[in-house]
Amino acid sequence: MLVKRLQYLALMLGIVLAVPVVQASSDPAAEMKPAAAVPAPAKEIRSTADHGKFKELQKDFKSGPEVTQACLTCHTEAAKQIMKTKHWTWEFLNPESKQRLGKKNVINNFCTAVPSNYEFCTACHVGYGWKDSSFDFNKQENVDCLVCHDTTKTYRKLPGMAGHPPYQDTEFPPKSGKIVPAVNLKDVAQNIGKTSRATCGACHFNGGGGDAVKHGDLDSSLKDPKKYLDVHMAKDGLNFTCGTCHETDGHNIPGSRYTPIAKPKDANPHIRGKNDSDPVTCQSCHGNKPHPQALSRLNSHTDKLACQTCHIPEYARGGKPTKTLWDWSTAGKLDKDGKPFKTKDSGGHDAYDSRKGDFKYEANVIPEYIWFNGKVNYTLRETKLDPNQVIKVNSFEGSADDGKSKIWPVKVFHGKQPYDIGNNQLVVFHTYGKDDSALWSNFNWDKAIDYGMKEIGAEYSGKYAFVSTEMSWPITHMVAPKKDALACAQCHAPQTGVGRLDKVPGIYMPGRRANEWLNTAGWGLALLTLLGVLGHGGLRIYLARKGDQK
Amino acid sequence: MSEKIYVFKVFERFWHWSQAGLIITLLLTGFEVHGSYSLFGFEDAVNTHTLAAWTLVGLWVFAIFWHFTTGEWKQYIPTLVKVDAMFKYYLTGIFTHAPHPFKATRLKKHNPLQRLAYLGVMLFIGPLIWFTGWFYIFYDKWTEWGWDQYLSLEWVAFFHTVAAFLMLIFLIAHVYLTTAGHTVTSHIKAMITGWEEVE
Repeated sequence: MLVKRLQYLALMLGIVLAVPVVQASSDPAAEMKPAAAVPAPAKEIRSTADHGKFKELQKDFKSGPEVTQACLTCHTEAAKQIMKTKHWTWEFLNPESKQRLGKKNVINNFCTAVPSNYEFCTACHVGYGWKDSSFDFNKQENVDCLVCHDTTKTYRKLPGMAGHPPYQDTEFPPKSGKIVPAVNLKDVAQNIGKTSRATCGACHFNGGGGDAVKHGDLDSSLKDPKKYLDVHMAKDGLNFTCGTCHETDGHNIPGSRYTPIAKPKDANPHIRGKNDSDPVTCQSCHGNKPHPQALSRLNSHTDKLACQTCHIPEYARGGKPTKTLWDWSTAGKLDKDGKPFKTKDSGGHDAYDSRKGDFKYEANVIPEYIWFNGKVNYTLRETKLDPNQVIKVNSFEGSADDGKSKIWPVKVFHGKQPYDIGNNQLVVFHTYGKDDSALWSNFNWDKAIDYGMKEIGAEYSGKYAFVSTEMSWPITHMVAPKKDALACAQCHAPQTGVGRLDKVPGIYMPGRRANEWLNTAGWGLALLTLLGVLGHGGLRIYLARKGDQK
Repeated sequence: MSEKIYVFKVFERFWHWSQAGLIITLLLTGFEVHGSYSLFGFEDAVNTHTLAAWTLVGLWVFAIFWHFTTGEWKQYIPTLVKVDAMFKYYLTGIFTHAPHPFKATRLKKHNPLQRLAYLGVMLFIGPLIWFTGWFYIFYDKWTEWGWDQYLSLEWVAFFHTVAAFLMLIFLIAHVYLTTAGHTVTSHIKAMITGWEEVE
């Protein structure tokens, strides 16, 4: 309380002192003449190169790869750099667990798996033409520069086109009556620039098949967020792009959900540009003692808590609910005309879709909290599973005493998806395609699974059932302003079931679950003492009165 | 006419009452931090507790200095003389208006039971609460200072709470025994005015 008052006093003093300075500095601005006399350029270019003037780009491009060839005439190394990244390979070998991960290999509990559905899924590949497993990963013109570097907001890749944008006006979604206009490649190419929240978000905000579906802390509300939603990315604030934190070197973008940094080094706060192996952590700018002296007690939390735990009080805070449950087992119901249908929940979001099953959406979600040391283990397709248990598609390692963990907020996503009851393994199934086997064509699971498993050359017993699954996503975006961070009592809560960290094991937290034995003994003895003195005093009063009466 | 002697000097009375206020504040906020109830809110409880603790430390530095420079520390030298008489008085004599077995003087202001109790507070509860309290306050420095391998917050908090319970028990008994002087109010008056009625 006192501290707050002192801060307030200091603030008032600061304002009083600052006012003359502000007035002084605003005077010259008032004298400035409007710049009407100077003809304004059509578009201000901050870069030293105006791509609109490059002869290589004065051309009516017929396709994406043609544009890339033009890009590569100057940016000779760009495609080679991209080809080394997960954005291109969709493959990642975890150096420690040796698990082969990446979109190409992992089965998740959203859309589940890429193989046999390439044409659809690769709308989010930084390449052109990945329509089946024969895609040539070494062809440089297959790299898509525009999807990340577009500034016109007109470049859009549609599912089902194997990573190409529409070169003609295209009805999308099919039979919806909505037309997505053909992309003007020349215009996009002449106006390329740095990546933005919108370009990264074109895929990352739509993970799991739609806006806000997958991550919970990444959705289209971050394109132009207000300060309360993201204190770094707010347009009226710092206006960070994704690349400000994911500081990229040679197209290799730091930050990984396969090998996250759970307990960043205690870096001294420094400015960008210093050689830093973990540029994407909060600590790389803020250090591990970020709170001012007056709040130094908070700094004693940083050895156990990820910054995100207090500073992201809820996820899906931007008005876009995130999906929290996807039950594939109910997919395939048809209406009385034999047609697939959808039902909506009270918020207007899909509650059921014949193609996908049942959903649940939630907004402003309080995360779950876990010890996390950065190691993530996946249930891969080959992994044998126990169908009587909830299968953890990924499980986060960590504990209170391994010295490598911090308490992290996570989104836990619940699913139900098919598995092979003969082999007790997850299956790949064929969701999308113009053929007879795709689930979305004829709602036949047998055919869809059979096709999917053949596609990856895996053994399938021919019998499937549905198993409950769970997947965790670390929450790290949507950092709130400090006034919206968690207050002490939201974790330091005496009642069970109230505190945010109630279920987190292995730590003593003042205010949470005091030692019962000590409480009983302590309060018991205090009560006995009180009764003792009350009895003693009572007896004195009683005897004194009796004495007076005599 | 009853006899009055000047027992408690200005500093002692100031020390006593500010210490009383601080200890009650520390108990109220401390048990909230411990999780026993919600009163001020966790954050304010912690901040007030810390502030009151440091104030009390400051007060103690002055008190220790005062006791040694004035020689008043001798008031706390334990003695067993008349301890039995004091027990007997509290158990029987007090009910029958028997004379108080101890007569305070300027050189001996505390009865033998008080001497023992206060010495216990100063030599046992005090150090326990101070040391655990300091460990607690400097929790964020443990790693830096290499203490984290020897200390666990849970045990530090445990012993700090043990000491707090002992202090609470002392407080209850102490407040009641202030009424057990030559008259019901003579002790309290002495601690307010400095003058104690002794006969």
